[in-house]
Amino acid sequence: MSDSNPLAKTTPRSRQQVANLHFMDARYKLLDLAAFLDRLERASGPEDHRVQGLRKALPLLLEGGPDRVARILHLWSDPTVEPAPKADTKAATGVWPGLK
Amino acid sequence: MRYIEPHGHMVSRTTDDYQAMVLAGCAAICEPAFWAGFDRKNADGFHDYFCQLTQHEPKRAAKFGLPHYCWLCINPKESEDLALAADVLALIPEFLKEPTVLGIGEIGLNKNTRNEMKVLEQHVELAVKHRQLILVHTPHLEDKRKGTRLIMDVLRAHAGVQPGRVIIDHVEEHTVGEVLDAGFWAGITLYPESKATPVRAVDMLENYAAQRVWLNSACDWGVSDPLAVPKAAAEMRRRGHSAEAVDALLYGNPVRFLSQSPNFKDPQAVR
Repeated sequence: MSDSNPLAKTTPRSRQQVANLHFMDARYKLLDLAAFLDRLERASGPEDHRVQGLRKALPLLLEGGPDRVARILHLWSDPTVEPAPKADTKAATGVWPGLK
Repeated sequence: MRYIEPHGHMVSRTTDDYQAMVLAGCAAICEPAFWAGFDRKNADGFHDYFCQLTQHEPKRAAKFGLPHYCWLCINPKESEDLALAADVLALIPEFLKEPTVLGIGEIGLNKNTRNEMKVLEQHVELAVKHRQLILVHTPHLEDKRKGTRLIMDVLRAHAGVQPGRVIIDHVEEHTVGEVLDAGFWAGITLYPESKATPVRAVDMLENYAAQRVWLNSACDWGVSDPLAVPKAAAEMRRRGHSAEAVDALLYGNPVRFLSQSPNFKDPQAVR
């Protein structure tokens, strides 16, 4: 059997076709993000490290290239390579706390 | 349409979910052992859980006409306790004799700790010794990339591991390429909030040519959607992909991987 999945043989779509399919979905998600940032403006106290990570990712949206999702996920990832001595928690936060 | 749900935690779901999945075209379901949302106190809790996975849940699924299979392990979230892990690992060989067990899983890492690594290595050794397939859980969110790389290091270090008999689950855009390039199968998990959405999953499938991929909902006790796989099928069709392509991915691929276990029977072939 061929080691190639059938979706990878897609005939390229036009940008108009992609916009027709997905623009409204992207539109409401962008407005939700804007509303989240506005909500933070109305709140008080120091900024959460997750929100700092989110703000660092925003410029990546306007960069060129087809791999924005991967670049954002890499930005938020723990860059260390050695196993941790022990687990202090079971949960992850979404953004590596050491991100500067 | 027809599809296989290769990763669903049905012990956490209702009969309404079973009914909805069957109506959507689900032909078989596979249930990895996982964390219950709380730590079990001792190996007896796991013994009861393995009985539930191998005896009770197949009967519940059968009421809806669904073949039910399972995978066995101690989840990485409970692997920090090495003594508990040793007790649970000792239970597993007896349960491997049950006719619906597909392999060892979902093993892997959670917080990428040394103890989790030790228990992962023990699970891999157990799987190789008993010629079992392996289903790997990769860590959540910011821990995923590091954990995925550590897991692949462990798998590649064992001479008995055949990458084509291992599926590394919960891949995302920053890990899918490395997993496929290493020869492993990749699982894309569809979650409403974390992991991948159906839309992103279809993007990944269009961007990576490898056929060694399956989609799953991993529906459990948290925010999750037991119909996520058919929703991904709808997204594929909306983009113009053929019904044959959807069938090849959502039915053919899981059957191809799972048929490496002698316990798995192609649902279409046994009807």
